Amino acid sequence: MIVLADVISSTIVFAVPLLLVAMGGMFSERSGIINIALEGIMIIGALMGCLMMRWLDPLVMNGQLGPQLAMLIATLFAGACGVVFSVLLAFASINLKADQTIGGTALNMLAPALAIVLTWVVQGQGQTTILIPTWSRITEANFGLTLEKGSFIQALLFKNFYLTTILTVVLFAAAVILMYKTKFGLRLRSCGEHPQAAASVGINVFKMRYAGVLISGFLGGIGGLAFTLAAGSGFQSSVAGYGFLALAVMIFGNWKPWSILGASLFFALFKVIGAYASSIPFMPKFKELEGVSSYLWPMLPYIITMILLVLTSKKSRAPKAEGIPYDKGMR
Amino acid sequence: MKKGLISVLSSVISILIGLIFGLLLLLAVNPAQAFPKFGEMLVAGFSSSAKFAKVLYQAAPLIMTGLSVAFAFKTGLFNIGASGQYTVGAFCALACGIIFQMPWWVCLLASIVAGAIWGFFPGLFKSLFNVNEVITSIMFNWIGMMLVNLLCMNLKNAAGKNVMLPTAWVSSPIKDRTAALSYANPKAMIPKMGLDKLLDSNFMNISIFIAIIVAVIMWVILNRTTFGYELKACGFNKNASIYAGINAKRNIVLSMVIAGALAGLGGGIYYLAGTAEYTIQKLLLPMGFNGISVALLATSNPIGTIFSALFISYIQVGGESLQPVFAKEMIDIIIAVIIYLSAFALLTKTVISRFVHLDKSNVNAEPALTVSPKTDEKPTLKESEGEKA
Repeated sequence: MIVLADVISSTIVFAVPLLLVAMGGMFSERSGIINIALEGIMIIGALMGCLMMRWLDPLVMNGQLGPQLAMLIATLFAGACGVVFSVLLAFASINLKADQTIGGTALNMLAPALAIVLTWVVQGQGQTTILIPTWSRITEANFGLTLEKGSFIQALLFKNFYLTTILTVVLFAAAVILMYKTKFGLRLRSCGEHPQAAASVGINVFKMRYAGVLISGFLGGIGGLAFTLAAGSGFQSSVAGYGFLALAVMIFGNWKPWSILGASLFFALFKVIGAYASSIPFMPKFKELEGVSSYLWPMLPYIITMILLVLTSKKSRAPKAEGIPYDKGMR
Repeated sequence: MKKGLISVLSSVISILIGLIFGLLLLLAVNPAQAFPKFGEMLVAGFSSSAKFAKVLYQAAPLIMTGLSVAFAFKTGLFNIGASGQYTVGAFCALACGIIFQMPWWVCLLASIVAGAIWGFFPGLFKSLFNVNEVITSIMFNWIGMMLVNLLCMNLKNAAGKNVMLPTAWVSSPIKDRTAALSYANPKAMIPKMGLDKLLDSNFMNISIFIAIIVAVIMWVILNRTTFGYELKACGFNKNASIYAGINAKRNIVLSMVIAGALAGLGGGIYYLAGTAEYTIQKLLLPMGFNGISVALLATSNPIGTIFSALFISYIQVGGESLQPVFAKEMIDIIIAVIIYLSAFALLTKTVISRFVHLDKSNVNAEPALTVSPKTDEKPTLKESEGEKA
């Protein structure tokens, strides 16, 4: 039973960054810009969020600042830095009409290197890990509850509970409403399908595409921090390819919020099953092989995604104008 | 002015701006050490013959992964999976050498085949199911890396020892890297042909010449054969090429297979040098991703790849001399800035050609329409100019 609780709570905590980042990708791509730089945006968000937590740590320890308020500041800071970083992509691909994939790739290379250099600057030579303070987690004490450590409820609710999880629920709801229930959402989507037609009815395609990329920067930055919290071992200038996985989740989710929610939960579940395979009773153990837990099971989510992408490819429909720089004169 | 020259010029400008940015960053981090270390970095590659040998040694696999990415670019595909193809190629070359005791050229063939297989799947999925090759090849990067690690840890010989690891060959506690070729199978090492003595470095072997020859072959295939023409046509406009009777689906698969084979060969020539062992780790190998930089800097020209790989390898060797005062990742920042700038190469090129042709207002005019005034030949489409448009 305790394994079940662990699996469920870990699934949620790993689905959170995937969901956030894939939603970010969705906003960008529905506005017509391929955002392959999500990985880099995540790294920048995680870096800045972790640095902010580090700076706020003394205040929290002194009791001058509530831990969850500090987390909120760090999270918003991560999102804001993601926005700033994504401006680079927006500028290159919208103003300069550069190749979006190349620009994104450059940002993906820039982010980890910048993160390492900044970590050195802040922490001193050769210090490559930024540790996450223990107060980042929401515990039962925050609600005035006392639960037995290791009980089912405790493991289910409070083992991996962060402010980002709550925030994700709010942001997801906001994103769905923004995308489908507002004028802004309709305009954004039209720019990803046929920007010239959108422009002909007075929509500013440049502005809409900027909005799409910047929203993806915000969500990507928060997603990066959420991933670092979920991974748990501190920030080491990497988000382990999660930005690319989020892209796969977005495609698998067919550029639609609810499908993306399902896809990210599904993917996270397989990741966690892989991680917990040795403690789940009915899973095969492969005792004669070495490296099963570090290399065989972690392969599972990638293979499953691959198969699913192939199987669902018939239904997959990308925004029609994504990846094409907007040219007013084109028909 | 020739378009080729303009491409080169725009790359050089990107490089210069990237280097200036790097210098500013060094100044921001540590002003006292910035200038001496930056100068040291710039000349490190030529400072000794051993350093120069290292530049050539690292450039060889970079040329291969760069060619891999560039070749796919020509067909309109983005092969971000060079890392996985490189890893799988490296493994098959090493396995062929260590387990089957084959000579070096058989090992290289094995690496080509392995890389080709790893490129085949993304190509197949793209052409049959229209799954984005970027996603597929990223998935195959991870699958390939983990599979190779698993095989390295589990392949056993008749005596029940891990045949890929040093323990099967010498008494060694090392379990996280493959056995060195020097004792496992010296025949599998790429011949040095006296180059190691010439440059006084163990890193040196003929791999750089292999890479250059392959680059030239790729240039010939792309620019002088029907097959290459068809591939490029698919890259320009898939629908138009289908209309012209080109089998686009077949070409997408073939392009990815060739790209994979090139990256796989890169893995082979790097690890068969005998100076590095494959280390079992949880990260994707950076060589494949550096190949993207190489290809972009070379504007996907196979010959250009040789020079851009030499450049990237040169400043990476220079980056080692930045340590320990600065992180060597400074170099990655410089490269990233260069790539970012080359992303809007088109803009840079337009600016340059405006600057050069002040008298000719319309630089974007079709090259095909310019008639040479001295001869009365019919205007013909120059292929070499058309491809860079």
